[in-house]
Amino acid sequence: MARNPHRNAGETPLVEMKDISISFGGVKAVDHVSVDLHPGEVVGLLGHNGAGKSTLIKILSGAYAMDSGEIRVNGNKVEIHTPRDARAQNIETIYQTLALADNLDAAANLFLGRELVTPFGLVDDAAMESECRKIMGRLNPNFRKFSEPVSALSGGQRQSVAIARAVYFNAKILIMDEPTAALGPHETQMVAELIQQLKAEGIGIFLIDHDVHAVMELCDRASVMKNGQLVGTVEIDDVTDDDLLSMIILGKKPGEAAA
Amino acid sequence: MSDTTSQPVSQQTSRNLFQQLELDMRLLGMIGAFVILCIGFNIFTDGRFLTPRNLFNLTIQTVSVAIMATGMVFIIVTRHIDLSVGGLLAVSSAVMAITQTDILPTALGLGFDHPLIWVVTIFAGLAVGTLIGALQGWLVGYHAIPAFIVTLGGFLLWRNVGWFMTDGQTIAPLDATFLKLGGINGTLGEFWSWVIGAIAAVLSVWGLWMGRKSRAAHGFHVKPMWAELTVMGIVAGAILGFVAVLNAYHIPSRKLKRMFEARGEVMPEGLEVGYGLPISVLILIAVAVVMTVIAKRTRFGRYIFATGGNPNAAELSGINTRLLTVKIFALMGFLCALSAVVASARLSSHTNDIGTLDELRVIAAAVIGGTALSGGLGTIYGAILGALVMQSLQSGMAMVGVDAPLQNIVVGAVLVFAVWIDIQYRKRLGTK
Repeated sequence: MARNPHRNAGETPLVEMKDISISFGGVKAVDHVSVDLHPGEVVGLLGHNGAGKSTLIKILSGAYAMDSGEIRVNGNKVEIHTPRDARAQNIETIYQTLALADNLDAAANLFLGRELVTPFGLVDDAAMESECRKIMGRLNPNFRKFSEPVSALSGGQRQSVAIARAVYFNAKILIMDEPTAALGPHETQMVAELIQQLKAEGIGIFLIDHDVHAVMELCDRASVMKNGQLVGTVEIDDVTDDDLLSMIILGKKPGEAAA
Repeated sequence: MSDTTSQPVSQQTSRNLFQQLELDMRLLGMIGAFVILCIGFNIFTDGRFLTPRNLFNLTIQTVSVAIMATGMVFIIVTRHIDLSVGGLLAVSSAVMAITQTDILPTALGLGFDHPLIWVVTIFAGLAVGTLIGALQGWLVGYHAIPAFIVTLGGFLLWRNVGWFMTDGQTIAPLDATFLKLGGINGTLGEFWSWVIGAIAAVLSVWGLWMGRKSRAAHGFHVKPMWAELTVMGIVAGAILGFVAVLNAYHIPSRKLKRMFEARGEVMPEGLEVGYGLPISVLILIAVAVVMTVIAKRTRFGRYIFATGGNPNAAELSGINTRLLTVKIFALMGFLCALSAVVASARLSSHTNDIGTLDELRVIAAAVIGGTALSGGLGTIYGAILGALVMQSLQSGMAMVGVDAPLQNIVVGAVLVFAVWIDIQYRKRLGTK
């Protein structure tokens, strides 16, 4: 397929999650699921609430430790136990809750856990604010509130801080957990444009979304989960909205439904 | 995107001279309350409150609680609480009392008033305080026992460990050098107080200037030059004024005469010598500076505030919040032990009830100083001012002759009232 040359060339995927399982108190939240992601590709993760998609992705971002399975980045097996490990692999996550410290300003949130420091080892607020102004100028030129805590920002402004944090540190793999859930139409369009731009830069994106239409529009492939298991992974160009819906609701791939 | 930052033009032009100074309104409010308090008490005591002597005493009485209050800010900012600080102070004090009166002079045979004694004693006390704090932090951070429970247990436990170790005896006299850290027995004298005051004033002005330069270098907004100079003037003036007050409290001439006689000299007629800066106040200032730098300019401090604002976000950002909790409680323990040095030296003895009710004073100081129990908000200078306000209230009422039960009634009411004011202030700020 023309818009996704890497995968067809048989190149090593950017990320492979193989046979991943995790359970919480006897409930199998993720049950032997395998997904992969190629450079410049957007893979949608679909499923009902509680299907296990967020849990799967939190394993990749280091928030949860998996019970069994294996994660490969560029073909190399990697150990991801903490968010720090994930960041070291250039895996960045935009959480549904945004994961912002409301009492800190935009720059402090942007660099949280990775502060710029002066030669004396003290945090360099002026340098961080300056960098923050640069990236926000690119992502959201209307952004002005640099010296206020992010609790004073609107939903869209908060979202742009969370996105800036993922983009600033040269992410290779980006996880977006319902990035448009809290946004108005205009801001949703901005996120869609950003996804296209990041794609063009060769970044691989996992996009978790409830909205089948958004997935049809933004994604190259979609993996559907139900009750912790993978229903299947399909090429977006090969399926219709209804096919995806029936996968989500019935837990069957389009071919199986016909059979 | 709705733009709430742009103000109507009429408001822009009405930015008065005062606003252009860009001072911290909360700080100003607290200083204002303190000044009103002082003037009020001064009127009711016929001018006895605002004397160099009383201000000197007020200062050295505040030190112990203020040192601990700075640590309590970090604890409360991360949504924890520490009810054991009084107990920790007591056990550290007990360890130090035994170390300097029994272990070192007798058991190790150094003899009394050996120059090593005070150093080793303080080191032992600080180590014990830090270790106990770390232990409590480990229970809170790694075992998820609520801090309220761990330190409620510690509240009962540690004071009585101290009691057990000393068999309940009051221990005195303490090492002569150690006693200098308590307050009136260890002051710098007028000359060195002026030197330190001048250095502090120069450093503060330099710090303000460097901050301005750094902002200007990045092209950020800076306040007008005259406003900057005014703030520098106020800060330098406040520091030198403080030194002037402490220097104005003169050593009573009889005591001075005895000091000369002890050295075999005769006191010149009409000689006046001021006490100057107490060493304990220097310790508090050092603690305040270091804790402020930690809070504002280190990763440790940044993580404390981030964790307080959103523990989940902090964890997802790769911050080890469990280890952070251990560090915060260890720091609190260290500061309790430091307060124990000052408190036992000021009282010239170790007693079982040293630091009783300090946990409440310390928490009250931090909270009056604007630390929010919901986490994420608080300042070091606020907590110190809070401690000063509490102590002024207490000793002011004692001077006026208010009955003991009434004193506590007032202090309790003021605590609740201060927090109410703070909540109202924040609400307004939020809707602005």
